Amino acid sequence: MTGTESCIISLRGVTKYYNGEAVLRGINLDIHDKEFITLLGPSGCGKTTTLRIIGGFVTPDEGDVYFNGRRVNDVPPYKRPVNTVFQKYALFPHLNVYDNIAFGPRLRKVPESEISRRVKEMLELVNLRGFERRSVNSLSGGQQQRVAIARALINDPKVLLLDEPLGALDLKLRKDMQVELKNIQQQMSITFIYVTHDQEEALSMSDTVVVMDTGEIQQIGTPEEIYNEPDNAFVADFIGESNILDGTMVSDFDVVIFGRHFECLDKGFEKNEPVDVVVRPEDIDIVSVEEGMLSGVVTNVTFKGLHYEIIIDIEGFKWMVQTTDFWPVAAVVGIKIDPDAIHIMKKSKYSGAFGDYSSFSEELDKLSELEAQPEQPPVEEEIID
Amino acid sequence: MKTTIRIYTALVFIFLYLPIAVMVLYSFNSINSTGVFGGFSLRWYRELFRDTETLTALRNTLILAVISSLVATVIGTAAAVGIDKMRKRWVKSVTLAVTNIPMVNPEIVTGVSMMLLFVFGARLVNASGVLGFWTILIAHITFNLPYVILSVLPKLRQIDPHLQEAAQDLGCPPLKSFFLAVFPTILPGVLTGAVMAFTLSLDDFVISYFTSGPEFQTLPIRIFAMTKKRVTPDIYALSTMLFAAILILLIAINVLQARSEKQQSKKKY
Amino acid sequence: MNKRSLGARLAAAPYMVWSVLFVVAPLIMVGYYAITDSTGAFTVANFAQLGTYSDIFIRSIWFSLIATLICLVIAYPIAYTIAMRRERSQRVLVMLVMLPMWMNFLLRTYSWMAILEDTGVINTLIGYFGIKPFHMINTPGAVILGMVYNFLPYMILPIYSVLAKLERSMIEAAQDLGAGRFQVLTKIILPHSMPGIASGLTMVFVPSVSTFYISQKLGGGKFDLIGDTIERQFQTSYNYHLGAAISFVLMILILVCISVLNKFTVDDEGGLLI
Repeated sequence: MTGTESCIISLRGVTKYYNGEAVLRGINLDIHDKEFITLLGPSGCGKTTTLRIIGGFVTPDEGDVYFNGRRVNDVPPYKRPVNTVFQKYALFPHLNVYDNIAFGPRLRKVPESEISRRVKEMLELVNLRGFERRSVNSLSGGQQQRVAIARALINDPKVLLLDEPLGALDLKLRKDMQVELKNIQQQMSITFIYVTHDQEEALSMSDTVVVMDTGEIQQIGTPEEIYNEPDNAFVADFIGESNILDGTMVSDFDVVIFGRHFECLDKGFEKNEPVDVVVRPEDIDIVSVEEGMLSGVVTNVTFKGLHYEIIIDIEGFKWMVQTTDFWPVAAVVGIKIDPDAIHIMKKSKYSGAFGDYSSFSEELDKLSELEAQPEQPPVEEEIID
Repeated sequence: MKTTIRIYTALVFIFLYLPIAVMVLYSFNSINSTGVFGGFSLRWYRELFRDTETLTALRNTLILAVISSLVATVIGTAAAVGIDKMRKRWVKSVTLAVTNIPMVNPEIVTGVSMMLLFVFGARLVNASGVLGFWTILIAHITFNLPYVILSVLPKLRQIDPHLQEAAQDLGCPPLKSFFLAVFPTILPGVLTGAVMAFTLSLDDFVISYFTSGPEFQTLPIRIFAMTKKRVTPDIYALSTMLFAAILILLIAINVLQARSEKQQSKKKY
Repeated sequence: MNKRSLGARLAAAPYMVWSVLFVVAPLIMVGYYAITDSTGAFTVANFAQLGTYSDIFIRSIWFSLIATLICLVIAYPIAYTIAMRRERSQRVLVMLVMLPMWMNFLLRTYSWMAILEDTGVINTLIGYFGIKPFHMINTPGAVILGMVYNFLPYMILPIYSVLAKLERSMIEAAQDLGAGRFQVLTKIILPHSMPGIASGLTMVFVPSVSTFYISQKLGGGKFDLIGDTIERQFQTSYNYHLGAAISFVLMILILVCISVLNKFTVDDEGGLLI
């Protein structure tokens, strides 16, 4: 995917200030042809701003944007070969479905007969056959969403920008739309630049994921890379559940946690370098104290359908384990961790910010995610430039 | 309790419509009196069409209302768009405060202040007799503007903020994108503002009184002049007709609205 | 500063120029005339003269206050009644309340003359019942009646507007928590209607205190109000400076009232409250 494909959009050193604060800092990003690339991160991380810079609605304060090698900083949106699907769809309420979709081609003076054919095609593509004369106000959220997509795609863009398009839909519909969007992208061989804060969405749809926080890119990689080999504690915590601990790399393939040596698959660190250690809850086995590498007490058990989420207190650190076996509260148990379940990361500014599940509950989890970020202004709305 | 409310409501409405009833009644009075009713007659309606001064005043009023509301609508809509896009808080607040001034200021102060401005201006250029059609037009546009702006602004706030961007994203240059994407959506607000401006202008007396000259009389001013002496009932006839016209118009609007609402509720599938 | 949105921001420029010329400048003119005399020299004589008009000021404020309060008392039950009806009825009733406003203001007032005169409609009617005519015209009562009549809809509509937005569920919640009818009224409905009341008070008091036509016609010229005085300075005595001074004081008076009442009508959407 990388390197050999042509790189059609590039950002170099893109920085944007809002009210004196930097919302984007030195962003360097390469986007390739026919790629489904997702900008992923919490609110205020700058992902939407980045998207709008690519779309031309926001001008960077520093840095450059290149389309096929050509610098486009000053090119206005209506001259850029990209189309956007807006978060709240931005359908024109005074036009019906047909006229909304036909808007772009009509501006380019495409003949009506041709427009009629292509609108039909688009409606087929998004599963809205027969909706031509409907008023957009009478459509449901999901239908409006698809009209917005059709309206953008009919212009045959090489790149489609999508700004959290599925945010307002309910869960089932969202999952269906994710599949549809991925199909459309592959069918039409277009580059999709997708923005979301939902990591599951990002992992399931993307070829490449760009994880962002507070205006900086934290990691770029395939969904597997991001999940299995997070670069720092932020990425490890944002994607999926993780137990993040302090450890020491005694030597290659050997890390010490809680005073005990664990075999792992990572190398290349300095001797005795302090590191962040990530262990995913689903990779931990709960066994008897004798068989375990560490032992502790079960403090919390929650049934999640797919599995149980069990919190184990080991020397004060609350581990989360996901397993299909039930273990009762107050049981004294051991845990077993295979070498390939351990992932070592270099210490970063995020070390210590996340860690264990001491105040565990889903809502608190999301709250602390938001608290961990400094107060950001509602950047996404206010930059109308 | 319910009957008390019914009676009370009826009394209030009787109070509200009493002078109107009297006016309508006396417009059909066969004798020239507002005390005694002599008998039913259409004479004042005929007189009305011979009363050139009144008819001229009516024509003036209509022309003034049309022009001033049109100009106010154009300038006011543009102003609302500009205000909505304003970023500096203080500029926006000051502009909105100034917009409120003509609405909260008593009419007599507005009228007097504009008159002073015109008189002062005339003195500066050594002109005389400045008050006439142009001064009253300026005055009408001035008091119409706030109502247009305050009708359009809320609509601008309600619409999807990305509509104009969406149009641009699809290839529309900025100015065109406003007219194709935003304007049709705020049109109800623009129309409401225009209609409001028109009606305010039609009925204005106090401000017109101070800013108009002898050659350009509007209907309210003509009526004032008449009420200084004796009112001939042809004015009552004119008022009755205006009233009837407006009544019919409002009924028509209401019926149309009711019908379109019925259609809307059928449409939801 | 982005040159792309410059066009949009310039859109308000014509209006701003217009405002400065025709809203701000006239007010400055009033100030200017108020503090100068006919030779253009700076003077406070105009304001000093206002002392002699103090009883007129007091009378105007007094009449307007009474009229405003009467409007409030009459309007509130009506506004409430309309707000509680079905949507269709509401629209029709609101239209009926507004309709009299479409009749020319001068003629409506003139009509009242015809009604209240010693030989007018009312006295003629009660004459048929053998009651002696009573004198209604050219009294303070007549002037106040005129004020109430002309501005009543401006009290009804804002109150109605606010009450119409009152959710039934709020009243039900209050009742669920134990509130009786009187308490629902005082604790839920009245506080909720405050913005509407404040708006109505402004919209009645301001025109009442500055009117000149009503007092002329229904008061027979016996009860000069602020408006009459100002009008006379400009149309008869041609003492623009005194007139400006009186207008200036009137403006300040209104500004004070409005700022006080504005505390209750916070509507920062920038839209009309009605």
